[in-house]
Amino acid sequence: MAALMELAHLERSFKVGRAVVWAVDDVSLAINQGEVLCLVGESGCGKTTTGKIAVGLLRPTAGEVRFGGQDIWKMNAGDFRTYRQAAQIIHQDPYSSLNPTQSVVDILSAPLLRHGLAHSRLEARQLSADCLRRVDMTPPEDYLDKYPHQLSGGQRQRVSVARALTVNPRFIMADEAVSMLDVSIRVSLLKMLGRFRDELGMTYLFITHDLAVAKFFAWDGRIAVMYLGRVVEVGPTPRLIRHPQHPYTKALLSAIPEADPVATREKERVQLRSMDVPSLLNVPAGCSFHPRCPLFEPGVCDQAAPKLAEIGDGVQIACRVAARGAGRP
Amino acid sequence: MQPTKPGQNKHIKDEVALSVANLWVSYQARRGTVKAVRDVSFDLRLGETIAFIGESGCGKTTLGLGLIRLLPKTAKIERGQVTYTRNGMGTQVLGMDDEALRVFRWKECAMIFQGAQNAFNPVLRIRDQVWDTARAHGETNAERVRARMLDLFRLVSLDPDRVINAYPHELSGGMRQRVLLALGLLLDPQLIILDEPTTALDILTQRSVIEVLRSLRNQIDFSLILISHDLSLAAELADRVGTMYAGCLVEVSDVYDTYYHPYHPYTIGLIRAVPTLSGERRDLISIPGSPPDLIDPPKGCAFHPRCPYASDRCCDEQPQLETVGLSHQVACWNWPAVVADRGARLVSAAKE
Repeated sequence: MAALMELAHLERSFKVGRAVVWAVDDVSLAINQGEVLCLVGESGCGKTTTGKIAVGLLRPTAGEVRFGGQDIWKMNAGDFRTYRQAAQIIHQDPYSSLNPTQSVVDILSAPLLRHGLAHSRLEARQLSADCLRRVDMTPPEDYLDKYPHQLSGGQRQRVSVARALTVNPRFIMADEAVSMLDVSIRVSLLKMLGRFRDELGMTYLFITHDLAVAKFFAWDGRIAVMYLGRVVEVGPTPRLIRHPQHPYTKALLSAIPEADPVATREKERVQLRSMDVPSLLNVPAGCSFHPRCPLFEPGVCDQAAPKLAEIGDGVQIACRVAARGAGRP
Repeated sequence: MQPTKPGQNKHIKDEVALSVANLWVSYQARRGTVKAVRDVSFDLRLGETIAFIGESGCGKTTLGLGLIRLLPKTAKIERGQVTYTRNGMGTQVLGMDDEALRVFRWKECAMIFQGAQNAFNPVLRIRDQVWDTARAHGETNAERVRARMLDLFRLVSLDPDRVINAYPHELSGGMRQRVLLALGLLLDPQLIILDEPTTALDILTQRSVIEVLRSLRNQIDFSLILISHDLSLAAELADRVGTMYAGCLVEVSDVYDTYYHPYHPYTIGLIRAVPTLSGERRDLISIPGSPPDLIDPPKGCAFHPRCPYASDRCCDEQPQLETVGLSHQVACWNWPAVVADRGARLVSAAKE
């Protein structure tokens, strides 16, 4: 199947004072229709920047974003608008991503009217009500005229999801969409997003720092792990969680505490050679993980940056040493 | 590392370091009185770590602040007793005057707040901030303070010479958090309260802070109160866990019981809602509804509107903590039904 969203050799730099920071460095990922790809990594690894590039909020310094096979930055105005409609966003913080001076119906009507899906206020109100039903806010009449401050955190995030759904998107980029929510409501939101995959064939780029959430949400999808602007490992979720291949993925998985006292206290930990996270202003030469990596080999890892390479079972890693261990050159 | 089984924790002493009895704290808001902490009682032994878990707004931070009376002006400790004991000498924290309280804070009890990495003065070197703290507590010998601080930095796995002369911005978030831990230990307090100590930190940094806390506990005798919404952090560090809901302590038990044999429907709900990394992907179940308004909490058990076990009694009468096992207390009328249910599930799972 052809990929719905293709990110090809993306690069993105930002100017920081006089210096230049490469937030995203040669990232290539493809997401099929109906698939979930989770992008995980620690803060500053470039996952949000990658997400913003995928939905066209940021223009890459180099590389291509292809949606349905077409480079979005070479589209004509009409196609670009269709793409913008098809690719929607759910933000992290429902407190700041909803306009406090607008009621729920205003928030949901704006995209409907903007994209011509509703031709009158009345029609927009009806369609907004349908969207609220889809996110289990029933009866919708109870919520349409409320303002964000009158809703709970979980309800606000549901309104954000409803807003993304108003224009019938095919692709949703969710950036830490459940991180701000309490555990008891987080699950229902994740399940709801999963349901849209089954019902609407929704495709997700799901960005999170929480690998346990990624495991739950993308069990039949894939996870891509980023470190300092590069993808270091991509693979099917069960495989990546159970048999991580890249030393950074291994370190992350071993470091995460778990809500299970025996498991978390008995877990074997990967010891890193250094706890210092390099600054993006001064990324180490070669593999950027090499100053911390337990597999570091002088002369190999500090030379050229390793490229992502397939090592079998749909797993790709960017590590020469681990790839050799996996039986490939 | 072998998990320590209940009762085998060498670092836990028999003496009670802090005893809290029937503590009530409320905030005065425009809409009415917010009852943030309601009738909380617990004992903390020397060397023990108790974690308070619960979702936002359940009163766990208010409880922590109330213990050292650092509450904002709008808050009021309605009633209760907080007894702090060191070397057999008991003191009533709620009865202390300002000067006694000033000495108590940091010398007896250090509290490290949420996002405390940002608690440093950005224009002062770490050594000056250390010295300020020591001097405020009557220390006059700068050399001794410096030597002690260097030792403590080593204890929290920091490079002492670099850190002591650094400005806060030269240190990473995890390093600042560890500096603060070391600073908390400077005056040799017996009680440390940590409020969400790793929330703003990255995974690998969080790991280093957890390891430091664990090794500190093995080397120094102090009691720890850990306040966190993160169930995995509590699983990793706590000896006992208290679950809070709507300002009340609804279950207190040994950490293993909390995760493997919880009795309170809310604790069960929390644990079932958290995804894990190890093992198969298990289905998660959310808790229906949302936490109650603390200005007008539901009558009876505050959890009853969301509880699958709720009965008529739960709507009228508030359950108190009752002892249900070795160091296990729960406030639920229907805990026998919860336990019977778990038994039935185990039997049916065994049959399959």
